[in-house]
Formats: sequence, C-alpha cells, structure tokens
Amino acid sequence: MEWEIVVGLEVHIQLLTQSKIFSGASTAFGGTPNTQACAVDIALPGVLPVLNRGAVERAIKFGLAVGAEINSPSIFARKNYFYPDLPKGYQISQYELPIVEGGRIKIQTGNDINENTKIVRLTRAHLEEDAGKSLHEDFHGMTGIDLNRAGTPLLEVVSEPDMRSSMEAVAFAKTIHSLVRWIGISDGNMEEGSFRCDANVSVRRLGDEKLGTRREIKNLNSFRFLQQAIDYEVEYQKSILENGGEVKQATVLFDSGKRETHVMRSKEDAHDYRYFPDPDLLPLEIPQDLIDKVMKSMPELPMWRYRRFIAQDVDEYRTFTEEESRIHSKHPMQLSPHLMDYGVEEVYALSKYDATMLTTDICTADYFEEVVRIVGCKNAKLCANWVIGEVAARLNQNDEDITTSPVSAEQLAELLLRICDETISGKTAKDIFGAMWHGEHGASADAIIKAKNLKQISNSDEIRGFVDTVLIENPKEVSDYCKGKEKAFNFLVGQIMKASKGKANPAQVNEILKEKLDRKKCE
Amino acid sequence: MLNLSLKQLSTLLESKKISSVELTREFLKRVEILNQEYNAFITVNEEMSLDQAYVADTMIASGEACPLTGIPIAHKDIFCTKGWLTTCGSKMLSNFISPYDAHVIERFNMTGTVNIGKTNMDEFAMGSSNETSFYGSVKNPWDITTVPGGSSGGSACAVAARMAPAATGTDTGGSIRQPAALCGVSGIKPTYGLVSRYGMIAFASSLDQGGAIAKSAADLALMLNVMVGFDARDSTSLQRDKEDYTRDLEKPLEGLRIGLPKEYFAEGMSDDVSRGVDAAITEYNKLGAKMVEVSLPNTKLSIPVYYVLAPAEASSNLSRFDGVRYGHRALKYADLDDMYEKSRAQGFGAEVKRRILIGTYVLSHGYYDAYYIKAQKLRRLIAQDFAEVFKQCEIVMGPTSSTVAFALGERSNDPLQMYLSDTYTAAASLAGLPGMSIPAGFGNRSRPVGLHIIGNYFSEAHMLNVAHQYQQVTDWHTRMPEITKV
Amino acid sequence: MSLVLEDVKLVANLARIKISDEEARTTLDQLTGIFYLIEQMQEVDTSTIVPMSHAQDVVQRLRMDVVTEVDQHELFQSLAPQVEGGLYLVPKVIE
Repeated sequence: MEWEIVVGLEVHIQLLTQSKIFSGASTAFGGTPNTQACAVDIALPGVLPVLNRGAVERAIKFGLAVGAEINSPSIFARKNYFYPDLPKGYQISQYELPIVEGGRIKIQTGNDINENTKIVRLTRAHLEEDAGKSLHEDFHGMTGIDLNRAGTPLLEVVSEPDMRSSMEAVAFAKTIHSLVRWIGISDGNMEEGSFRCDANVSVRRLGDEKLGTRREIKNLNSFRFLQQAIDYEVEYQKSILENGGEVKQATVLFDSGKRETHVMRSKEDAHDYRYFPDPDLLPLEIPQDLIDKVMKSMPELPMWRYRRFIAQDVDEYRTFTEEESRIHSKHPMQLSPHLMDYGVEEVYALSKYDATMLTTDICTADYFEEVVRIVGCKNAKLCANWVIGEVAARLNQNDEDITTSPVSAEQLAELLLRICDETISGKTAKDIFGAMWHGEHGASADAIIKAKNLKQISNSDEIRGFVDTVLIENPKEVSDYCKGKEKAFNFLVGQIMKASKGKANPAQVNEILKEKLDRKKCE
Repeated sequence: MLNLSLKQLSTLLESKKISSVELTREFLKRVEILNQEYNAFITVNEEMSLDQAYVADTMIASGEACPLTGIPIAHKDIFCTKGWLTTCGSKMLSNFISPYDAHVIERFNMTGTVNIGKTNMDEFAMGSSNETSFYGSVKNPWDITTVPGGSSGGSACAVAARMAPAATGTDTGGSIRQPAALCGVSGIKPTYGLVSRYGMIAFASSLDQGGAIAKSAADLALMLNVMVGFDARDSTSLQRDKEDYTRDLEKPLEGLRIGLPKEYFAEGMSDDVSRGVDAAITEYNKLGAKMVEVSLPNTKLSIPVYYVLAPAEASSNLSRFDGVRYGHRALKYADLDDMYEKSRAQGFGAEVKRRILIGTYVLSHGYYDAYYIKAQKLRRLIAQDFAEVFKQCEIVMGPTSSTVAFALGERSNDPLQMYLSDTYTAAASLAGLPGMSIPAGFGNRSRPVGLHIIGNYFSEAHMLNVAHQYQQVTDWHTRMPEITKV
Repeated sequence: MSLVLEDVKLVANLARIKISDEEARTTLDQLTGIFYLIEQMQEVDTSTIVPMSHAQDVVQRLRMDVVTEVDQHELFQSLAPQVEGGLYLVPKVIE
C-alpha cells in the first residue's frame, strides 16, 4: 500500500521585545523565579492588560515578509482552561481575525536550489501570550511554578497541511526559523524555548482526496526531534491503518529518549476552550503609517538577497519574473524598496550554491557583503569561497556564530586584498588566517605578513634562481619529464616552493619552470 | 455635621474650624456604633484612616488642599487598596491584603481624602440585595428588616446612615443606582470608560464601571471630579479633556426635554414607586422641563441579554481564583484538579457559582452563537434604542427599581426574581450610558423611592445639573433614617 | 433547548467547581428557570446585526515597549498559600 504523509506545522515564536505583551515586566531569559512576574503577569485581582506596540510591530513585520494580509482590525480573544502555569485561567490569544492572515514560504529540501523547492502556504499568524513554567523537580511531591515566562509575546504561525514528509516539515521550520532571525523579530533560541513547533501529522492512501485523522505532536524544540517525532508518528499511523485499525484524533508528546510519542493525559473537556473576545482589550486597528514604518525597517529579505547575489548583470537583476511581478502587483511594499531603490550598480554573479549558503542567515550575508565592499565586486567569488569555506569551518569547529567571529569582515578583507595583489599566495593566506583567528598581531593580515616575512616572492630573477637550483639537484625527474612523465612537473614545483619556503608566487613558478623544461625538452 | 455637604465639610476643613483627624474620629465613632447593626463595612482600620487624616491636615496646613482633602470617604471592597484587606465580599479573598492600589484609590489618595473603611457588597458584585456577601447581609437603615440593594449596598447604607459623607461604588447592571434608590441616597454610574477599572476587581469587564454614592448631586459632582480620569493601565479607559462636573449644576432647566419610555411606565412598576416617580415628573414640569413620550422597544430583553453577557465574562474573569497565587485554597485535596474544584467550591458562594456555571455554559462549544453572539447582537439593538431616544430628548427618566426595598430573604432563594430587580438599570449598562438614581420621596412603609436618570454618553455634568435643580426644590435627599439620629 | 443534569455537571467540571449530585439538581432547577428567561432572546431576528463587544467604539491603545515593572515577588508571594524557593507550589502536574 502506498501512503501519503500530510504534515502541517504550528510554530510558536517568542518575539524579541523588552517587555511582555500585556505588561511592563522584563522578558529577559533566565531570571530568578518569579522576579519578572509583575501584578499583571500573576493575575492579581483587578489588573488589566495593555498591548505592547513592539509585539504588534514584529507581527506586522512577519506578515509583510511572507506576503500575508495584515488584518485591521484584529481581535484578541480569551482561550479558557485551567493550568497552574496559566495565572488568569485563560490565555489571551487571537481566534477569529488574527493579525496576520495568509502568506507563503518557499522551502528547499536539497542543496540544489532549482530542484526540491516548494511553496508552503500559511494559514495565519496570531499574537498571544506565553505561559509560565512548571518545574517538576520534587518539592515534597509538588510542582513549582515560575511565572517569569508568563506573558512573553508569542507569534503563532500556522501552516496549511502542505508538507509531505518529515524532511519538508524540517525545511519549513528551518526556513521560518531563519526568516524570523533575519528580520530580527526573534532570537530563535531553541534551547531557551524561543522557537517551538507543534506538528499535525496524518497519513492517507496515495490519491485519496480526504485527509486522514490527524494527531498533534506538541512542543518539539529541536529540528532533530521534529523529524524523529514525525517519522515515528507516520510509522505508527501506517501500522494502525495497515492492520485495519482507525487513527483516533489525539494530542501526543514526543519522548526523545525512547524516540516515540505518547498520548497526553487529557480530559474530554480539554478542547472546549470557550473562546470569546477579550472585553479588556479593544479591536486592534493598524494604521497604514504603522505598516509603512515597519516596512522601512525591513531588511532586504533572503529571497531577494539571494536573487541579487546570483544575478549575472544589473539588467537581469532589475527584470521581474512573472511570479515576481504577480507578488509585486499584490504587495508592492514587500519587495520594491530594496529591489527598486537598492542602487545596485555591480553584481556578484555567484553560483546558486554560494548564494544559498550566504543567505542562510542575515549576519553571514552582511559579513560577506562587507568583505566584498572592501575587496571589490570582481573578486566576489573569492570572498564567497572564504566566507563559506575557511570562516564557516572555523566557526563550526568552535560552535561559534559569525557575529562573534574573531576575524572581522574588515580583517578578512585585508587578507583577501593581499591575495588579489599577489602579496601572498592562497595557501599562505590560509596559514595567516589561522594566525589571525588566534588573535596574533591583532588579527591583522599585514602585520602577520610583515612579522613572519611571508610576502610572496614575485621577482622573476629570484624565482629563476630557485628553479635553476632545483633542476640541477633533480636530474632524474627532469629527464622523466622530458620523456613525457607529466607528473614529474608537480614534484619539481613542490621542490621549488619548498626551497622558497612557500613564498614563491606559484603562478610564476609554474610559468618559469615550464619555460625552462620545454627548452630542455627541445635540446 | 452628619448632614453637611462635601463642600461644607471642605470649607470647615480649609478654614481650620475642624481638622481632618477630628472629622475622621467623628465618623469612625459613628461607624463603630452603627456598623454592628447595619454591617455596612467589612473592614475598618482606625490607625490607617487616622494616618491619612494626619497627612491631610498637613496638606491643608501647607495650602496644598484640594476640594475633598481631609474628608473621609468609604470605599467599596471591590477596589484594591494597598495594605488593606480587600475581599470583594468573598471568602475567596478573605485573606487578601492588596499589594497595590486601584487607580480610583490612587486618585483619592492624591487628593488627600481619608479612607474610612471598606464597604460590604454582594460577593464579587453579583447580587441586588447584598445578601450574597460572605460577610453577611447589610441592613437597610430605613428599615433593618429590608435589604439595602446591591451590589454596592454597603456604600449606600454607609451614606444613608451618615457613617460616611460619600462612598465609592461600582455598577455592572445597576449596582450603584439600585442600592442608592433603596437607601434613599444619590448615586451615579458614569459613561463606561470614564473611571479606570484598574484595580477594580472585575465582574463583567465590558459593563463594570466605577462611580459614586453620596447625599446629593452636588456631592456626586465633586466625587466624579476626583474619580474620572484617563489611566494608561486600562485599555478601555477613555482619553478625554478634564471636566469640572460641578460646572453646570446651577443652570436652569427651562426647555429641557425629558423622555419617558413607555416601557418603563407599563406593568411591573409598583404603585408606590409609580407615585414617587410621577411626583418627581410634576416637579420637573414646574422647573420648566417638557415631557416627551419615547420608546425603548427592546427593554424587556435587557435582562436576558445582561444575564448572558455578564455571567459569560464573569466565568472567565473569576478563573484566576484557583488557590495557587493568592486567595483561598482547600486544606485537603487529592490532586491538582481536586485542589481547584474544592478551593473554588469552598471559596465562592452560591450566587457566584451559579453565575460562573451560566457563563461557562453560554460560552461552551455549541451554544456560543445561540447565546453569547445573540446577546451581543441584542446589546447593539438596545444601544440603538437609546440612540434613537436621544434624538428626541436630552434626559430619560423612570423608576430605578420597580419596588421599594424588599425584605431580607424575600428573594434570596429565587434567583430569577432577584435578577428582575435590575430591569430598569441593566439597559443603560449594556449601552454604556451614564445613569443616576436620586431620592424621590417615600413609598410603602416609608421606604425610599429612587428616580432613575439616564443621559447620553458623556452628559454627566448635565445629568448632575438636572438632579441638582430637583434637589434645590425638594428635600428628599436631606432626609435621614430615624434610627440613625443617635 | 432544555438543560439536563449532565450539562450542569459538565459545566461545573469545565469551571472547576466541585458540585454534589444534590447541588447539581438544585442548580439544574434554578438554571432551567433562568434559561427560560434567556430564551426570550430567540424571538428577535438579529441576522443583520453586528455583535457589540464594547460600549465605546474605540480602538486598542498601544504601550511603548519598555520595562516599567520592578521585582515585587516577595510582597506578592506573601499572599500565596504555598511557596518554596520563590516558586508557587501546586499538587503535582501530570502531562
């Protein structure tokens, strides 16, 4: 039997605000329990919510970035249920009329940008408040409640059930994760719970129109768990159906140790949330000038930056595809400011692979462009290679972020300029980069070149000297080469580089050696 | 002294004929004597009251006095008051010392008034007789076998028995106006949104509105001058220019059009109340007002609509009382849910539980549209009725309550009868309009009759003017119950 | 739409209020009377009316995103039934 997997995701994103969504308490992570839970957060009798402008602006920013509608008015509603980490006995959320409706995200499941891409539609994104935390360590058989997190603003992004594999689900989650960091509305810190996913999973016979009964996996806080949990669920549901059983709708939790899901202890009433418009909050109207203001703060989005990075010439960059024209006519604000006003005069003409790697997060893209700005557009490929190669490798090794890279964009650019002007070879540059990484000589390429005397030898007389010596010392290889053994050439180059302590300009060495050997051949 | 207006008391204080401390002691003494009988106060704290009186005297001495500086004011126990037990009439909060001040309390504190005590009320403001209070019924000072009305019954009783010169109250469906009527005092519920609800323990958020109870319209105007004001902590608080509510008190009523809704004068109103209201109307005719017959066709729906919307909001507002962070927690329980269920079953009284159940039901899956949405639609119709009427007149009048004070226990076992007590008051609450009740004589067995005055949005100054002019030509508002003339 | 005993018990459970069978029966009688009154609403055709959630036709005000609150947890927790190490204690929560 062939089965089709259907997955929809709900992503809870903590918004990066100073204060909570409905109170003036701090949202900083990791405070002493309950020290950031003010009267409103602990729901003292008589207190009232007032909406945080920062949370609203961030939600709008997300909506604009995914090409969604910004609803005005949108309405806050109460979701009623009892839980000790929910002080009011209801969560302020949005039900009918969320702030963001619709939108779409392009996801990519492989490295080849042309294949394996797909559009996932978004249903909505709404603002709500986070709950506190239950600490299950044993307090004489009781649970401890910390309300510091209560009231932290959340944006809940809900997708359509458009994903057909756990891989696509992960790609979707990663794309959203990257986007919210890109536009600066969330730190996306998954260990601290800033980014959490619920997955609605069902399977159906291939070709069936009707969706299967879904089970919802709650609170997945890593991409790995997301994938594992969906994979487990799919196998579980398939095995039930293949044995003639029926999947029952349920809310489940993923046990990452056992790598399996189990049904949450739930009551029959669990889903009667008695939503109704919160009478303490008024309709949220979003004036156009607020949208304009948010739009002005929008960075060039990853897809547009990618497009600019791969453009072969300025005209190509400025020409809309049919799809882009369509988006543009519907949401002129979404792409025009950057595309039209960026003042692009030169292009990088990077490969799609390079462009993809450089646009995974905004800091990498910014770092890259800063390097290019100094080194020059015609050397964009060299810059890309270094950022994706050496820099990324070192960062990975040390589990660091590009924002805290020991070698700044300016410092890397200084190094790359020395390659371009042939002061050093690419190989020497890697050694120098290693020294810079460890902070030697203030991580200055020029200072290291000078101190270690690494300046490339480009004087042809000097190089001819090395070549002559090596030819005399290695008659066998010379004769091998003359007999047609091309490999001997590389050996001789190696010897010459060694003799020059690696400083000879490799191109020149090649040229001179070839010239001399060819002359010998003829003799 | 007991019958002096706020303005007269203020003059005495300012001219230093009496100090705030002396005045406070005077009223505290009276509370001590009378409260055992009337049960109008839940909490009296002589030390804290006198501390405020000392501060007031300092303010007066240094010339920083405002109109109400130094005057004792009683506060309904629904207002969170820092350092004071704030119970909302419930066992649930019987140990709740508020860690903060409501906006209304802050404003009175800034003015330098003295908190003379926290007044008794129906539990969580749910009731029309004050019999649902965990702290026992309040007695109507005009006849201690009858109820004072509710839910601000303690405040109305305190003013009627002259235990306080004025008091705060709150009104969700009539909770200021109905007790004011039954106790023979004046009360006003301003336009929804004028008085901040911050720190006012919520019953039904979209209807709750703070207001005042005092002896006269002129006193109410001074109270509103303190209470009304924008508060950024309440999203429903309205940003408006500051008003002086005393500004129009002396204006003549010549040419005033008073609307008399025919639905208010139909069946249902008792004869003695009818006589009181008619006499008042005659008085207004003499003052130069013209009567216009108007219609509020959806009047009879205001009670059903009110008893869907208010319990729905209440059921959610009262979910925070779960025995986790404050308030009553059951001593014995099996698990978390058992702790919730027992704490709430023990902490709430019968009427509160009843309303939570009604509210939970009307919001629950499958009934939401039929009840809650339906009620919200009718709420709009009720508001539209008033909008039409205010094209034909400036003021609407009628009875505040269909009867004079009823006997203690008479309706307490029949919730439906009790709910009908709000017949004339609920509509203005649903529309968010300002409403008043002023004394208009006496009905059967010398029990007070209240005249209901409804105005258009933000017409409080005009309403107070209308009430004040009547009080210039009548003396009902100066009458004191016999028993209190000790 | 008439209320039955099960409804009362279900609603009491949703509202986390313990209710005995006897209380449920009394409550059922009272609620039946009240809902009889409430049913009057159904007589009016409201198909074209927009629900009214708020008394005033105003929109939500927004607060500046700044921290204005200071730590008061000791004061707040002095009101709590059971606290340990700055945490509110409740009977064990099972997910």
